[in-house]
Amino acid sequence: MKALVAVKRVVDYNVKVRVKADGSDVDIGNVKMSMNPFDEIAVEEAVRLKEAGKISEIVAVSLGEKKCEETLRTALAMGADRAIHVETDAKLEPLAVAKLLKAVADKEQPQLLLLGKQAIDDDANQTAQMLAALLNAAQGTFAAKVVLADNEVLVTREIDGGSETVALTLPAVISADLRLNEPRFVKLPNIMAAKKKPLEKVSPTDLGVDITPRVKVLKMAEPKTRQAGVKVAGVAELVEKLNQARVI
Amino acid sequence: MSVLIIAEHNNQQLNPATLHAVEAASKLGEVHLLVAGSGISAVVEAAGQVSGVAKVWSADAAYYGEGLAEEIAPLVVKLAEHYTHIGATATAFGKNLLPRVAALLDVPQISDLTEIIDAQTFVRPIYAGNAFETVQSDSAKLVLTFRSTAFTAAAAEGGHATVENVEAAPAQNLSRFVGRELTQSDRPELTQAKVVVTGGRALGSAEQFDALLTPLADVLGAAIGASRAAVDAEYAPNDIQVGQTGKVVAPELYIAVGVSGAIQHIAGMQDSKVIVAINKDADAPIFNIADYGLVGDLFEIVPQLTAALKQ
Repeated sequence: MKALVAVKRVVDYNVKVRVKADGSDVDIGNVKMSMNPFDEIAVEEAVRLKEAGKISEIVAVSLGEKKCEETLRTALAMGADRAIHVETDAKLEPLAVAKLLKAVADKEQPQLLLLGKQAIDDDANQTAQMLAALLNAAQGTFAAKVVLADNEVLVTREIDGGSETVALTLPAVISADLRLNEPRFVKLPNIMAAKKKPLEKVSPTDLGVDITPRVKVLKMAEPKTRQAGVKVAGVAELVEKLNQARVI
Repeated sequence: MSVLIIAEHNNQQLNPATLHAVEAASKLGEVHLLVAGSGISAVVEAAGQVSGVAKVWSADAAYYGEGLAEEIAPLVVKLAEHYTHIGATATAFGKNLLPRVAALLDVPQISDLTEIIDAQTFVRPIYAGNAFETVQSDSAKLVLTFRSTAFTAAAAEGGHATVENVEAAPAQNLSRFVGRELTQSDRPELTQAKVVVTGGRALGSAEQFDALLTPLADVLGAAIGASRAAVDAEYAPNDIQVGQTGKVVAPELYIAVGVSGAIQHIAGMQDSKVIVAINKDADAPIFNIADYGLVGDLFEIVPQLTAALKQ
């Protein structure tokens, strides 16, 4: 059984992103870039399923600029077998990403498609669900547990107020939530080995997908910031302040 | 212009989260609600009374009972031709369903929007709330999810909607509901609570998280939340995580206990009316946004605060 894992190159989790002074964009020149943390969890899950003998091959896919190669090498170092880079400098919206991934999936015919639940740059939380729709496949979003059986996959999902379990017919699309696993630390020998693993390049045109943007960004703004209030000396003063504010 | 909002419910009651989407959608045009479920007469009746709702579509089929996106999405697509906008609240339900609808319709989705400028222009947070982008689409149809804390809730009563049955779309049978485990709690639901008490990693263990925060939450009638660090450390379940990738809350009073104030956490709670921070690190970023900061050992302060509030 083959698994396809989609990985996005995003600004590193620890970087505090700022809006450019002219409000045209966010300033991400020269900041550290990494694999989207939720995608890392998705890759880890695929690798664990392979280690458990449940799947036989992991294909990592990334879409975007040339440097996405680095992200794919990270996925290969974690344990993916080969990589496909859909190379484009165009800005990709979730729907375009889903269409490109569908085109890749049509060629690769994976039984399991693993993605992060959201990218920490656009915070859209759309791609996995859209991909599932385009493939007419089942979806297990916000996955906290994945159990792969012969003809179906059981996914325990994070929902408001608890969790629920659904059984998905294969092929299925799964989006990883925080609790699914803890991604491994990649060791140097794996990084070296990953350099030799195959990485195929394709373009959106090769895949026959129209990626024309459908949404225009007019401007970016800093969030409204709260002012720091006062430091209180102790519990008694705090309670007094809260009484004054009429919130207790 | 009219808007279709997908109602969230448990086949018995309308989830109050939906009221926020109704209120938001009323800025765009006439609001219709879709109630898809199994044995939903009570929900349909409640939906019809929501202020500002002109029409309720009722779709009753066994396979709509568990809210599976694979089943409900084709039904929404079937109704979509009548609408310029299709929306839901950005809850786990809305986030799961709406992108599937958008892709089937081949239209863009604007997620988690916090402001409506006009029918084609919206504001939404990106980068964990570090920036807000204003986006515009000339798409004839748009799919939207609304951040509940950014919009007030429509009144649950006062409306007089007409009710119309809509024939179920064929069953998809792609997925099957197995079971659900909801946290049993007498506390208010996190996103609807007037007071939220949140614990961070400084609480040190799951036992101490419970032992310290539960009495404080009890005396305040508060919901309990957790920072991502506390969830990562397994002091608390993921479904009470407050932040960019968890719940977004905006209560009257937010008490952050042992929370450092990472941007991802702040993104989820900075619209709270009054923020209290308790942390022994005087330089913790949470103090930069707290209305009232108390520097000190939370293991001493929280029991003192609980005792003081009891009086």
